[in-house]
Amino acid sequence: MRVKIFAAAAALLFLAACESGTSGSGGVIGSGSGPVLANPPGTGQAGIGQAGAPRGVVPGSQEDLQQSVGDRIFFASDRTDLTPEARRTVEGWAMWLRQNPGVSATIEGHADERGTREYNLALGERRAAAARNALIAQGVDPRRLSTVSYGKERPQVLGSTEQAWAQNRRGVLLVN
Amino acid sequence: MMIRTLPTLKRRTLLTAAAAAAALPSVALPGVARAQVRIDITRGRVEPLPTAVSPFFGDGADANTGRELAQVIAGNLERSGLFRPIDPRAYTNTPAQLRAAAPQFGTWRQINAAILIHGNVESTRDGRLRVEFRLWDVFGEAQMEGRVYTTVPANWRRIAHIVSDAVYKRMTGEDGYFDTRIVYVSESGPQQRRVKRLALMDQDGANHRFLTDGRELVLTPRFSPTAQEITYLAYVQAGNNPNVLRPRVYLLNIDTGQREVVGDFPGMTFAPRFSPDGNRVIMSMAQGGNTDIHAMDLRTRQQQRVTNHPSINTSPSYSPDGRQIVFNSDRGGTQQLYTMTASGENVQRISFGTGRYATPVWSPRGDLIAFTKQTEGEFFIGVMRPDGQGERLLTRAFLVEGPTWAPNGRVLMYFRQGASDSRGQGGNPRLYSIDLTGYNEREMLTPADGSDPAWSPLLP
Repeated sequence: MRVKIFAAAAALLFLAACESGTSGSGGVIGSGSGPVLANPPGTGQAGIGQAGAPRGVVPGSQEDLQQSVGDRIFFASDRTDLTPEARRTVEGWAMWLRQNPGVSATIEGHADERGTREYNLALGERRAAAARNALIAQGVDPRRLSTVSYGKERPQVLGSTEQAWAQNRRGVLLVN
Repeated sequence: MMIRTLPTLKRRTLLTAAAAAAALPSVALPGVARAQVRIDITRGRVEPLPTAVSPFFGDGADANTGRELAQVIAGNLERSGLFRPIDPRAYTNTPAQLRAAAPQFGTWRQINAAILIHGNVESTRDGRLRVEFRLWDVFGEAQMEGRVYTTVPANWRRIAHIVSDAVYKRMTGEDGYFDTRIVYVSESGPQQRRVKRLALMDQDGANHRFLTDGRELVLTPRFSPTAQEITYLAYVQAGNNPNVLRPRVYLLNIDTGQREVVGDFPGMTFAPRFSPDGNRVIMSMAQGGNTDIHAMDLRTRQQQRVTNHPSINTSPSYSPDGRQIVFNSDRGGTQQLYTMTASGENVQRISFGTGRYATPVWSPRGDLIAFTKQTEGEFFIGVMRPDGQGERLLTRAFLVEGPTWAPNGRVLMYFRQGASDSRGQGGNPRLYSIDLTGYNEREMLTPADGSDPAWSPLLP
């Protein structure tokens, strides 16, 4: 399981998740400006940001996105606006999409389990749309971007804990 | 997939006291004494009525059907919480004796039976099943009900449900809800890749079968007023890429297995429900971060936008007369319940308690709206009047969600889910029913985990 971390607070959540056995090993690596990058488990090296795909990774692939920018953003409870961290990641997405002009993508919106099914579907759609609108504002062609909401149907992290819920309230950029 | 609904039953009222005498000439029936026994279901806690359900009399192979009929009837009545079936080993007349003569009421009184149900089952020469039943007031020594039904043998369980409904109605004055089905979402697999299938069963769990194969994520099935169609949400692959899914509201015909997408909407459609006349499906459509309520006329295919507000507007449910809609919106800042006319006018907020309100469902009787409420880290199922007054919470848990009404508006079903641990264990959703009074909460047994139940109307 890959978890991208963008802030110290989130890092704590990440450690808690590791302790509870829901996440693989992984580290947090800052790169100064731009998106904070995480190296996914098993790669043994930091991701590379703007300089194209990391070695051994197909440019424009989901793996490339995960390693060079991170493929997800997180939302506060019952909120659909982008946090400053999420905004930075979305800027990274926009840059990555500019570098990979042939790629189209779907933005998934997700909610935590502490809501009702239908409302959470609407909430997830609003989260996905918030990310899509931010990408369009960054100059990404809207025709390259679709959205889908899963509401609370597809949690990433298991367990009925605040930490798990924080990581499940997410938007994910999925390369089509 | 082909699923056949069994043919409609022929039914007629046969055995009034006078007709029964004609039918059974050798029996000296008691006079038409006014029966006194009655269950008042408007009180909170009702002491279940001691009830004898004799095996129905049958010759040869029919004897087995007679035993099973009685078991299904007793099971229905027991689950309602209003009746307490007495152990058949205590019964004081055999099925054959009850067929030949009126009950020996004194002996039934000795085992405290307040009412006695018995009957006869017979395979007719044309291959049909003929079932007659009678309901007796043991203390009043009077027949309260007597009917005969003829059907194909495969339909025998429905006869048992229809008999149960007749007993329920006679004893409570309210329509029963036993000749009904439940459609729900059967769940299996890990939470991150949960497999969800539409499943259909009788209200007592019998005749369980799957309507979808689990390859597509499906949610929130709801019956049409004829109980022949189901509207639900399915995530269907849009093209060649399995990553690109198109969540849309679908219509499934239970008889033919045919399904079609409801309407040509540019965005995700979800939260569907039929109008009470079955002519429309009302649902949410989400696009560009905005969720509004739309209706589609199934005959003209005309789409109508019902809400137009930059907020979440979802979970619409018509009043039984079709004139009003209750729905869920966060237009006031938090999730609350609102009513409006069917065309979207006169929007009124009706929920004012602490917490968030969701999934409103109008009772088939029109008198109440059931809902899910979320407050202080817990979920509740509750009811309130359509003007928002008289809120009552019936049950609470880590998660309870999605109430659905039995067609008589007296019983609710919903699903309950516990907290899960870091391996995803412990959160298994299950179906539960509860009486409107808040008593008689029971788990509805299903082969696997279950969520999103919807109760059918009485079967046609």
